[in-house]
Amino acid sequence: MNIHAIKAIYRFEMARTGRTIFQSIVSPVLSTSLYFIVFGAAIGSRISEVDGVSYGAFIVPGLIMLSLLTQSVSNASFGIYFPRFTGTIYEVLSAPVSYLEIVIAYVGAAATKAIIVGLIILATAGLFVPLEIQHPAWMMLFLVLTAITFSLLGFILGIWADNFEKLQFVPLLIITPLAFLGGSFYSISMLPPFWQTVTLFNPVVYLISGFRWSFYGQADVGVEVSLAMTFVFLFACLAVIAWIFKTGYRLKA
Amino acid sequence: MAPILSISGLSKTYDTGFQALKSVSLDIEKGEVFALLGPNGAGKTTLISIICGIVNGTGGSVTVDGHDIVRDFRAARSLIGLVPQELTTDAFETVWATVSFSRGLFGKPKAPAIVEKVLRDLSLWDKKDSKLMTLSGGMKRRVLIAKALAHEPRVLFLDEPTAGVDVELRRDMWRVIRELRDTGVTIILTTHYIEEAEEMADRVGVINKGEIVLVENKAELMRKLGRKQLTLHLADPLDAIPGALAAHNLELSGDGSELVYTYDTQGERTGITALLQDLNTAGIRFRDLQTRQSSLEEIFVNLVRTPS
Ligand SMILES: Nc1ncnc2c1ncn2[C@@H]1O[C@H](COP(=O)(O)OP(=O)(O)OP(=O)(O)O)[C@@H](O)[C@H]1O
Ligand SMILES: [Mg+2]
Repeated sequence: MNIHAIKAIYRFEMARTGRTIFQSIVSPVLSTSLYFIVFGAAIGSRISEVDGVSYGAFIVPGLIMLSLLTQSVSNASFGIYFPRFTGTIYEVLSAPVSYLEIVIAYVGAAATKAIIVGLIILATAGLFVPLEIQHPAWMMLFLVLTAITFSLLGFILGIWADNFEKLQFVPLLIITPLAFLGGSFYSISMLPPFWQTVTLFNPVVYLISGFRWSFYGQADVGVEVSLAMTFVFLFACLAVIAWIFKTGYRLKA
Repeated sequence: MAPILSISGLSKTYDTGFQALKSVSLDIEKGEVFALLGPNGAGKTTLISIICGIVNGTGGSVTVDGHDIVRDFRAARSLIGLVPQELTTDAFETVWATVSFSRGLFGKPKAPAIVEKVLRDLSLWDKKDSKLMTLSGGMKRRVLIAKALAHEPRVLFLDEPTAGVDVELRRDMWRVIRELRDTGVTIILTTHYIEEAEEMADRVGVINKGEIVLVENKAELMRKLGRKQLTLHLADPLDAIPGALAAHNLELSGDGSELVYTYDTQGERTGITALLQDLNTAGIRFRDLQTRQSSLEEIFVNLVRTPS
């Protein structure tokens, strides 16, 4: 293992984040607060309770997931796209680092940042609604696994994208709808039966469901199923990345 | 002694179907300075990129100090430093940070003293806290060299290190390259400035259309392929070359005061003796004479124009 290289890339990526620390933290905190005002206060006053949890508290896990997904994807995709775009990727490609090390460093940094943002949002949510976390260890596990999985997805996106439009559009066109339709703001059981079935094809449902379970002990799908599905997505992403590096797709001519 | 870099049958066909390298074989000796010359698009950067792991070769193999660049990439790449042709830097990083980053990337522990030495050698020390985007092009080029040297490579590739660099800076770089060679680093550079190859290289390779056309010791090359010119300054100007001298390969200068004789140092005989005799017989007297050897540049242009 080239530990020095992993550290170098990881630090480089975290320093890049550090330079934009203000945007990195302020924007998620602001948008979360807005969600609370709109969904929690305005709509929540009419819904009152979902599965015995106040609506304001009910949406907390979904909101955290929403930010976690978008942050993971955008951090990781930008992290690898930018050196490709500027050409500085040459140095990483010419260094004695294995593909695995490259992925650990880039994805690790992206996931770290996303997790930090997730925890900040959790803290922000605590200002609006009383929080209870029944299974903190599970919560962290879902947080970490989701951040890693979607950072891997972002990494793939950052390698696939050949312009800035694609880099921004995919999260907007795919991730956001999946997250919104994945039960961030409602319980799947509130949907008509047909849509409940459709929803089961949305990977984000499992993440949010499992995550919510770790807070309130209730879930749309069993927590084991959530965990298993999370690993399925994780390994699917790893498989794609392994293929990318094996063929040099978009990295090497 | 085993070569430090051994390239055999290396070929590259890009996805576009363009064949940029056609079975290139080349050995580089430990500690030499090798200049790779060739016109735009000859395949110089492609060759270097494959060796450094940036481009995948489509055939053949390369070893660095015995390590295969694919199977044993870690060992091979640890030995190599690369200064790319394009000026690519992270705009927001400082000089110090980016050079330290390179060292870490190549698996070396932090060593501020080494980074400091590299920066001082390249006259970058007073810029160490500057952001890269505030540097001039020549300074960025130095930063790229510093990055390549930060992990103390044994083999250094310089892809047009002095492109767009002023004369003073160029001499500076030559000095750095010489110092590196003195510490035993093997250097492979590409350049369009023949002057540079002539000044720096121990050996010269010429690549054209993806094929190595020639590899030769520099002095040997200049001696073998060099054409010499003998210029005779005449005592009395001529209107035309006299018929008695038509057999010789002569040119008359515009004002008729100089006769220029071009000959090949490689030839069996230079023909100078016969020429002088004929001049004597024809009664042409001259005040002075001088000989001139063609530069590497002229040799190079000749080679590329008529590929062997
Ligand atoms: N990624 C690529 N895809 C397709 N063709 C390429 C690619 N990169 C280079 N080529 C082609 O391969 C040939 C060799 O290019 P290369 O960059 O190796 O030349 P070079 O000798 O370094 O030239 P220069 O002196 O201009 O730097 C050129 O014809 C170029 O157009
Ligand atoms: Mg080139």
